[in-house]
Amino acid sequence: MLQKEGAVRIPSGCAITGFISRDGRRITGADAIKSIAVMHDRSNGLGGGFAGYGIYPEYKELYAFHLFFNNNSAREETERFLNEHFDIVNLSRIPTRQVKSITNEPLIWRYFVNPLPTRLAASQLDETEFVTKCVININTTINGAYVFSSGKNMGVFKAVGFPEDVGKFYRLDDYAGYSWTAHGRYPTNTPGWWGGAHPFALLDYTIVHNGEISSYDANRRYIEMFGYKCTLLTDTEVITYIFDFLHRRRNLSLTEIADVIASPFWTTIDAKPTAERERLYYLRNTFASLLITGPFSIILGYSGGLMALNDRLKLRSMVTAEKDDMFFIASEECAIREICPDATGIRAPRGGEAVIAELNEEGRRKCL
Amino acid sequence: MSVNYIPATFAVLRDTDRCIKCRACERQCSNEVHYYDADFDKMFVHEEQCVDCQRCVTICPTNALKITENPNSFRKASNYSQQLILENYRQAATGAVLLSSMGNPQDFPVYWDKMLINASQVTNPSIDPLREPMETKVFLGKKHTHITRNPDGTIDMSEQSPQLELKYPIMFSAMSYGSISYNAHESLARAATELGTFYNTGEGGLHQDFYQYKTNTIVQVASGRFGVSKDYLDAGAAIEIKMGQGAKPGIGGHLPGKKVSDDVSKTRMIPKGTDAISPAPHHDIYSIEDLRQLIFSLKEATDYKKPVIVKIAAVHNVAAIASGIARSGADILVIDGFRGGTGAAPTRIRDNVGIPIELALASVDQRLRDEQIRNEISIVAAGSIRSSSDAVKAFALGADALYIATPALLAIGCHLCRSCHGAKCNWGIATQRPDLVKRLNPDIAYKRLVNLVRAWDHEIKEMMGGMGINSLEALKGNRLMLRGIGLSDKELQILGIMHAGE
Repeated sequence: MLQKEGAVRIPSGCAITGFISRDGRRITGADAIKSIAVMHDRSNGLGGGFAGYGIYPEYKELYAFHLFFNNNSAREETERFLNEHFDIVNLSRIPTRQVKSITNEPLIWRYFVNPLPTRLAASQLDETEFVTKCVININTTINGAYVFSSGKNMGVFKAVGFPEDVGKFYRLDDYAGYSWTAHGRYPTNTPGWWGGAHPFALLDYTIVHNGEISSYDANRRYIEMFGYKCTLLTDTEVITYIFDFLHRRRNLSLTEIADVIASPFWTTIDAKPTAERERLYYLRNTFASLLITGPFSIILGYSGGLMALNDRLKLRSMVTAEKDDMFFIASEECAIREICPDATGIRAPRGGEAVIAELNEEGRRKCL
Repeated sequence: MSVNYIPATFAVLRDTDRCIKCRACERQCSNEVHYYDADFDKMFVHEEQCVDCQRCVTICPTNALKITENPNSFRKASNYSQQLILENYRQAATGAVLLSSMGNPQDFPVYWDKMLINASQVTNPSIDPLREPMETKVFLGKKHTHITRNPDGTIDMSEQSPQLELKYPIMFSAMSYGSISYNAHESLARAATELGTFYNTGEGGLHQDFYQYKTNTIVQVASGRFGVSKDYLDAGAAIEIKMGQGAKPGIGGHLPGKKVSDDVSKTRMIPKGTDAISPAPHHDIYSIEDLRQLIFSLKEATDYKKPVIVKIAAVHNVAAIASGIARSGADILVIDGFRGGTGAAPTRIRDNVGIPIELALASVDQRLRDEQIRNEISIVAAGSIRSSSDAVKAFALGADALYIATPALLAIGCHLCRSCHGAKCNWGIATQRPDLVKRLNPDIAYKRLVNLVRAWDHEIKEMMGGMGINSLEALKGNRLMLRGIGLSDKELQILGIMHAGE
């Protein structure tokens, strides 16, 4: 019998794309669909997904949970759990349209929630940690329920299928946000389960990733020491947890994180001026088990920005470009040209070089 | 009495057509196996004194000699081997404990040989260490993951625990001056210095001449406290507390009096010619909280500037012990497997006490992760790491670095005859007899040690590259890179790996 994703580790090749309007203009998901669709041959119909930021301005103070349920009893059990821990302000099925190639859909629901102040206080955790623990709790203990998006004013939409079909299925042209990322998956096995599609998300961190990291089990076994549970056995999942751990819990900046996970080689570090050399030694040594090796190109989405990062040998393609307030990142230049034919400054970031694009002041005022 | 006759273990075969009676074998053999009889104009042998060290074979200018097992044998039985019968004869004659040297030679499973390494195909590129950078440098020591910032926002790095930087992830394990010779120690010290890694003094103190290599020296403090002084502690880049040794868990060290020469006596601070038997426990450590006190005494004595290492033998509840050590302030833990070598150990203990390093390492690494303290201590695996592929498997199981000793001795001429306790090593390694010691030339030997480690390192990089890994950090604890072959579910579960084909 074929095993579900999580019971077995499935390597994948992929296409990724992402863009942000630094002025905070809201762009519909149609552009993200158009951009990823042109890289059709980089996926094989076994997974596609999107993350949109700034798409729920009317609920921007609330955590938006997107869930897959295998059946109504899983939903009821989850809702009991949610009611015990959160104030549910709004709940509904996520609207979809029928697409011929998308089949076997689970129940797909959305909840806008706020942690119950009493439960939060009793937990002695800060709010983000409380929410993270609840998400991990649902995903590991409630059979047939899976939280695949849990941030504020953002959402992940994913399924088994080609990404352009997934975008149509979720009616992404009805959503508008200041930034989007998209992913088309080329897994070697049939995952058959929607939770295994990408992006992977925790709180407002989302990762789309193209590659197959060779450090996977070293990274997984380290990060699981800090309360994370890797249930999907995918690179994307462990990379997301690494970002959450280093950024939210250890307060490293995004460029410091790049110095950990795609650290320069020792010979490069040794050639730096003293202070910089000591900093790089410290980061690399302190978090030695979070060094990621093997090919990867990732786009990290977070509230207010995108970060692109390649493995330190640059074993996967990735280019960036700009046009006015727009910043683009994609596996291939064509994905950028498709939605912005006159984009400029096309360049391939070096291996290990963090490229960050964030909302400017005006954008932050509008969107955050 | 004839029952005391112990037949020779080995047969010395001499091709008399080839032998030119140059008597080199006679001069070279410290066991006095060969002798010339002028009356017969012929070479004769005392076969029963032969230990199969191969010295005569290698120096014979006409290749006239071969040593084989003595074909004469007692009646075969699986239960009572000839060796066992002879050992009982010996004990009946002497009333004494049997002594042996080097690692446990018995037929127990070798788990290294039941694990296979992964390689990339298609979905992920393999990397070639001759064309791409590939890193095997490691740091040993506690890794605190809490970040504090200075007022200007930069990271405050002042609270770091002391770290040992290893340019190669392989160190030379503890072998005391006394158990091995001055020239052997010099070779190890110079090789560690050239490589940018470390050698370990063992429990016998540090000869004055070798203080110059202190940057690459780990000084050991064992239950006998031989040669321990303030200067000695200051001379180490790190201090190792020896709680146990894989070859003889539960007992202390044994140095036969024959090996306590003038210099050894001075270095150890003990009388010349006396057996140096270190106590089974440290007499100030009767429990885990006492260990903590010794760790912090040593840290106090050296101003908290040096990592403190605790070395234990792999025994049944090694994971719980390791967890206790990790919580006791130690920076580095050494786990020594039951096949580890020794200069002298009671045979029954060497052959029957302790557990394999593979299982001990896997369960310690997992336990420390389960307890969320794996980053609080580095793990060094020891006790029969025989090759670069054993090394790769050890890293994948979770070792931060490795200690090797037997391969290091092989590099400088040891032929594994397992007779170190006889103190007559024909290769100048496990002896203090000046005429034998001078056979070992440190100028040549240290280069062979350097070669060995560099060769292993290159092979490790080749295997890492095959897996698409370009830094040792990403191999450490990466158990997905291993598969078991012919192992039971229980063994796979302890090793934390899947079976080949899964």
